[in-house]
Amino acid sequence: MELLVASAIGILTAAGLYLVLRLRTFPVIMGVSLLTYAVNVFLFSSGRLKVGAPPILSDATNYTDPLPQALVLTAIVISFGMTAVVVMIALGSYLGANDDAVNDPKTDMEEPEDLI
Amino acid sequence: MSLFLIVALPFLGALLPGLMNAAGRTACAGVTFTFSLAAFIGLLSHAPAVFAGEVVQTGVDWMPLLGLNFNLMLDGLGFFFALLILGIGLLIITYARYYLSRKDNMGEFFTYLLLFQGAMVGIVLSDNILLLLIFWELTSLSSFLLIGYWKHLPEGRQGARMALAVTGMGGLAMIGGMLILGQIVGSYDLSVILQNREMIQESPLYLPALILILLGCFTKSAQFPFHFWLPHAMAAPTPVSAYLHSATMVKAGIFLMARMWPVLSGTTEWFVIVTTAGLITMVLGAVIGLFKHDLKALLAFSTVSHLGLITMLLGTGTAFGAMAAVFHILNHATFKAALFMSAGIIDHEAHTRDIRRLGGLRKLMPVTFVIATLASLSMAGIPFLNGFLSKEMMLEEALHTELFGSPWLVPVMATVGALFSAAYCFRLIGHTFLGPVRDDYPATPHDPGFGMWGPPALLVVLVVVIGCAPFLAEPFVKMVTGSVLGPAAEVPKNYLKIWHGLVPALYMSIAAVVGGLIVLALFKPLLRVWDATPRPEAKVIFDALIAACVNFARGTIHGVHNGAFSRYAAIFAITVVAAGYHAWTTGTIAPPTRAVQPIDPVSFGGWLMLVVATCGLVFLHRNRLLSLILIGIVGLMVSVAFVYFSAPDLAMTQITVEVVTIILLLLALNFLPKTTPVESTVIRRTRDAGIAIAGGLATMAMAYHYLLREAVTTPISEFHLANSYKGGGGTNVVNVILVDFRGFDTYGEIIVLGIAALLIYALTETLLDGPVRARLLNRLPDQPRAGDMHPMMMVVLTRVIMPVVLMVGFYIFLRGHNEPGGGFIAGLIVSIAVVMQYMASGFSWTSARLRYPYHGVIGAGVLIAGLTGIGSWFVAKPFLTSDFTYVRIPPFEKFELATAALFDLGVFLAVVGAVMLSLESFSRLARRAHMEDSDHPMDIDPSRELAEEGA
Repeated sequence: MELLVASAIGILTAAGLYLVLRLRTFPVIMGVSLLTYAVNVFLFSSGRLKVGAPPILSDATNYTDPLPQALVLTAIVISFGMTAVVVMIALGSYLGANDDAVNDPKTDMEEPEDLI
Repeated sequence: MSLFLIVALPFLGALLPGLMNAAGRTACAGVTFTFSLAAFIGLLSHAPAVFAGEVVQTGVDWMPLLGLNFNLMLDGLGFFFALLILGIGLLIITYARYYLSRKDNMGEFFTYLLLFQGAMVGIVLSDNILLLLIFWELTSLSSFLLIGYWKHLPEGRQGARMALAVTGMGGLAMIGGMLILGQIVGSYDLSVILQNREMIQESPLYLPALILILLGCFTKSAQFPFHFWLPHAMAAPTPVSAYLHSATMVKAGIFLMARMWPVLSGTTEWFVIVTTAGLITMVLGAVIGLFKHDLKALLAFSTVSHLGLITMLLGTGTAFGAMAAVFHILNHATFKAALFMSAGIIDHEAHTRDIRRLGGLRKLMPVTFVIATLASLSMAGIPFLNGFLSKEMMLEEALHTELFGSPWLVPVMATVGALFSAAYCFRLIGHTFLGPVRDDYPATPHDPGFGMWGPPALLVVLVVVIGCAPFLAEPFVKMVTGSVLGPAAEVPKNYLKIWHGLVPALYMSIAAVVGGLIVLALFKPLLRVWDATPRPEAKVIFDALIAACVNFARGTIHGVHNGAFSRYAAIFAITVVAAGYHAWTTGTIAPPTRAVQPIDPVSFGGWLMLVVATCGLVFLHRNRLLSLILIGIVGLMVSVAFVYFSAPDLAMTQITVEVVTIILLLLALNFLPKTTPVESTVIRRTRDAGIAIAGGLATMAMAYHYLLREAVTTPISEFHLANSYKGGGGTNVVNVILVDFRGFDTYGEIIVLGIAALLIYALTETLLDGPVRARLLNRLPDQPRAGDMHPMMMVVLTRVIMPVVLMVGFYIFLRGHNEPGGGFIAGLIVSIAVVMQYMASGFSWTSARLRYPYHGVIGAGVLIAGLTGIGSWFVAKPFLTSDFTYVRIPPFEKFELATAALFDLGVFLAVVGAVMLSLESFSRLARRAHMEDSDHPMDIDPSRELAEEGA
């Protein structure tokens, strides 16, 4: 089971990285989303894997680690906010420049006039 | 008055003038004056204690682990400087009120002035060198604002930048020096450091510390070779020059040398560095000053020269030198402030301060003439004026100083300095006030009102009083000298008097004055020689240096940071993998401690779906709609994994977030191209795939490694599990952690979420106001539109399930404390319910029915959560301490009431508001683009058609 989770994290990371390295905004956003899944599962699994032991107090004596869950829960919600902001920026730059390339065009590197 | 208050008053006062410009110039000046006066009176209230030799101390621990304590102390030296800063400050404030014109923003000026004043007072009262450094940097910053106050003048901006660059660099060096000093002694408290002379001077780190600290002092006090910034700072309004360069900013370096005198002075290194720098500065400043035609430039170089004089005196390391330095600081502050203000008066009334265009002002401006002449003569060292006394002491001290093995070097150089000093003073009087009245002044000069000549006149009274009756100042000077010397040396006995008999210093003094007159008589030929001599221009060198730095920085930045995001991402990924690989191969790997759990077919099926969807995403990512579907599958599988591995809360959160994320991406895709073109070459794609696979393998290896091993130490969640019910009153430990144990974290997170949503809203607004708006309006849809955009089936269905979903959300919220659920999940569920209405009936129909703006909902959420936290203060508990109790209202079962639930309500509202505001912002764009607004819930509505037919 550990191998399945670890390989899932690895595959999500690899796919995410590959997409992040693309040249258009939309695949990069997809890639960041995949990385988010990978990171969340990674953090979650740092509490180690336990089946059938949710951290809801009952008569049971064995619970899984609740702390990574609490951290990942907020991370999921925050990553939604982050994705939304990034998508908005991507959209704004596409609507403003009619271009959804990720990398700055070379002309952006030209120097402004020196201010004295 | 508490020392804290004395330091704080200028800072507190600084808040006011900038805000009350509308109240008028006099009101601004009045407020500034009042705050300074209050601090001044507060300082005087300590005078009896200070004169009695006590050291007033107070302090609080600020960051004790760093050794940074907010400790203040007031001894003779601090009192002396604070007196100069606040006393001359009061005069400057009065003067500035009349000097600045109506066009100048007076409130802004006084705000900067008070900031500067507070920082200066902070320096001289600090009893902790780290605190002193903070105030030191503050003076650099606030003087930058003051020097560049006339923002429209390029000289003002350049002068301000130069001053900031030079003093800021010195400040950086000084930070290093002070840290070394603190390391040597083991304490950053000045009163402790001053007790450890031997320990510091015997340390091998003494020399680096000394050099670094002196760099700070020399840059601030404009000592050679850092003297060049001061004349350029003259582009500031004259009140600023008068304040910064007579009593305050440039004296900060002198102050620090005097402050550190007991522990740093007395060594050969100190003597050689400080005396030499002072001597060169004194002579150089005096010579250059003589040939300056701008009154303020002349005074600037004379300031440089006199600072050199004081530095040289401190450098000698003798008690007598220290006393002469203290006395000259006092005298220089009085006559130099008066002179700067006089120069300002001339500039203000004659509209020029070029000496070549002046002359004969004696008859036109008699009052200014008297003030400026007395101050100049004092500076020249004429008897019965205070400058004579300290200058003679300087010459006396010079006679006993042997530098580089020569007994003649220092006395001769000192006399030469004094000679040129006398010469420029005579030139200032002669070429400005004496001579025939001219008829070509840019404006008709006349004496100003009392407001402008009063402050310098008061200072000149001091010049004369101290000059004629030095015994009046003697106790004060000796008291201050005593606190400079500390336990290191005895204060010299009776010295402050006019007549010492026919001592060599008197002959040197006479030689200087006579020589000065001769130099002035030969001024014209000397000027021709001076103009013909090539000299290095400091500003050109400085500008070239700065330009080289800028070019280097620019080249480096553009080399590494070329705007190619993909490159940064690739570099980042490679670096992280390489670092991980290094750690992996060099560390030792412990054997596994956990048994591998068996794989069952269902989870294998889930894993397979996730892998297939992810790989599909990579290969099919150019079809953007398809990739959305695939990423939905990935999200779903992750949620299932959470359920399977005992994380019901996470699963619920993940699946609801998944829904809103997909909606959001669909909204965005409405505008973005639907496909991604093929751009990168096969080589590039192979390279990227290599990086990606390496990264994937690295994370996989790391995850697999720790999944097979137990945690090295007991996780802190043992505490959470044990106390969740006892202390937090809930059985859902994850929720209790969120709203109780780590409530502060969660509070921060909902604020971040709210800010993200507001950012999206703001970006949308900006887009819709700009040229994008026109583009959106003219944009043709790139996909065929549905004929029935708001289908009846969907409308009816969403209306029916709306209350059901809300009920589910409410239920999830309520049970959150004990069962999976809570504010985050409930907020997402309710958002989905509302989003469905938007989807079914369109933007305008839905938003017309919303009673509360989403910004308000976010705000209310954060506010409720915050107030719940603050509530615990009323029962004297820390922020966000929660409490709970069990209530029973018949006929219901016993249930729990917890303050944490109120906090969770805040979380809920913030989440609803943030999610909805983000989605709504996106659909606002869509609405601009091509949607026809409809007031009806659905496009085809049989009942409406029936009604129309009936009508």
